[in-house]
Amino acid sequence: MQTKETIVCRCEDITLDEIKSLISQGYRTIDEIKRVIRAGMGPCQGRTCRMLIAQELAKAYGIPVGDVLMPTFRAPVKPVKLGTFAGGE
Amino acid sequence: MQKVANVVIIGGGIIGCSVAYELAIRGVKDIVVIEKQFLSSGATGRCGAGVRQQWGTETNAILARDSVKRFEGMNEELEYDRDIEFKQGGYLMVSYTQGEWNQYKKNVAVQHSLGIPTKMITPQEAQEIVPHLNINGLVGATFCQTDGHANPFHVVDAYYKAASRLGVKFETYTTVTGIKKENGKVTAVQTTKGDIDTPIVINACGYAAGTICKMAGFELPLYPQRHQALVTEPVEPCQGPMVISLHHRLYCQQTPHGSFIMGVGDPHEPKDFNINSSWEFLEDVARQATTVLPLLKNLRVVRQWSGLYDMSPDANPILDEIPEAKGMWVAAGFSGHGFMVGPQTAVLLAQKILGQESFMPIARFGLDRFRRGELLLEPAVV
Repeated sequence: MQTKETIVCRCEDITLDEIKSLISQGYRTIDEIKRVIRAGMGPCQGRTCRMLIAQELAKAYGIPVGDVLMPTFRAPVKPVKLGTFAGGE
Repeated sequence: MQKVANVVIIGGGIIGCSVAYELAIRGVKDIVVIEKQFLSSGATGRCGAGVRQQWGTETNAILARDSVKRFEGMNEELEYDRDIEFKQGGYLMVSYTQGEWNQYKKNVAVQHSLGIPTKMITPQEAQEIVPHLNINGLVGATFCQTDGHANPFHVVDAYYKAASRLGVKFETYTTVTGIKKENGKVTAVQTTKGDIDTPIVINACGYAAGTICKMAGFELPLYPQRHQALVTEPVEPCQGPMVISLHHRLYCQQTPHGSFIMGVGDPHEPKDFNINSSWEFLEDVARQATTVLPLLKNLRVVRQWSGLYDMSPDANPILDEIPEAKGMWVAAGFSGHGFMVGPQTAVLLAQKILGQESFMPIARFGLDRFRRGELLLEPAVV
């Protein structure tokens, strides 16, 4: 696979190559990878990349995907305007 | 995991990682950092990412002023392969009441005495700096251009990498379960991965510092308090400084990435370890932010989270050796501004532990002040 051209996190333009590089440097969970390169911090909040990164971690550590620690799922589910929360719209 | 160390640091946030680096660069070998989860998983990684020198107490202001100088050269000093994203867009502290304005004047006098270049400005001048600022009812503002923002994850990552190169060991996903002591001196740290014998322990656990102190038989005057924050979608740069309105309990800044980070303090927040996000916060912060900065009503929120302040009785840090367990040092009680004062707090602590001359008197941060009732009450906390 062309790891340099394969985008894993579409919101933040993070490639598979960058994810693999961080895993090889010892970053062990989705949370750690997210904090260093912002994968999963964009508007979709990791809906696309979360499981893809989980797969890579599972492969690297030889564990089932289900055993990879998930980051906290945070509100809101979809981006919402501040004006809406303020009650103006 | 190794069985013996010269220093064990508990907590892998800004304080733990920077102290590890400052000790290692001064020649200390065999340092181990214990972290319950991953680095910056606690308060550091959940903070508002602001760096300001506009404090009302000399102690906070000196630590922040000197830490800004460190942030300015941090990428080079720590030879970081990424960027700590230090942006000096300033802090604009806006005041909508006369009482608050009088307090700001006192704070600025403290800042000027320390050479911090804060300016007192009119509402119109404030609006020139932040065009979308609501100046209805604004009494005045203070502005310091050299305040700003840094990326907490990258700052911790930079210290971690620099400390690792100097031989410091980091044990993540490891929990401290006990502190051993003999004859009033600390002798070992017990963890879920085994015990480490050590003559020096640095308790840099933020809100959990009290829990660790209890293991050593000491009751630390510190309590946890939840603070919530949110981040928006990124947009083109349109707000240089962090805007703080103590009257609205609000802080709000655009990061170099383009997103806005903001939060409000809740005066009714209980003293508790609760770290869940709430719906009420979203409504509260949205109302305050769109009142002070109306343009922001069009920005979409992508994520909310919360973290815990480690509140000390006077909102100034506690840097001291525990009388009941010699060799155990506390570096906690930063009360919501540990990230911005971290770099120089680490220097101060390293100098003290190694018996070197310190750049400011550490005694002012001692536990004694609570017994004597001589608090360093900080008036400028959001």
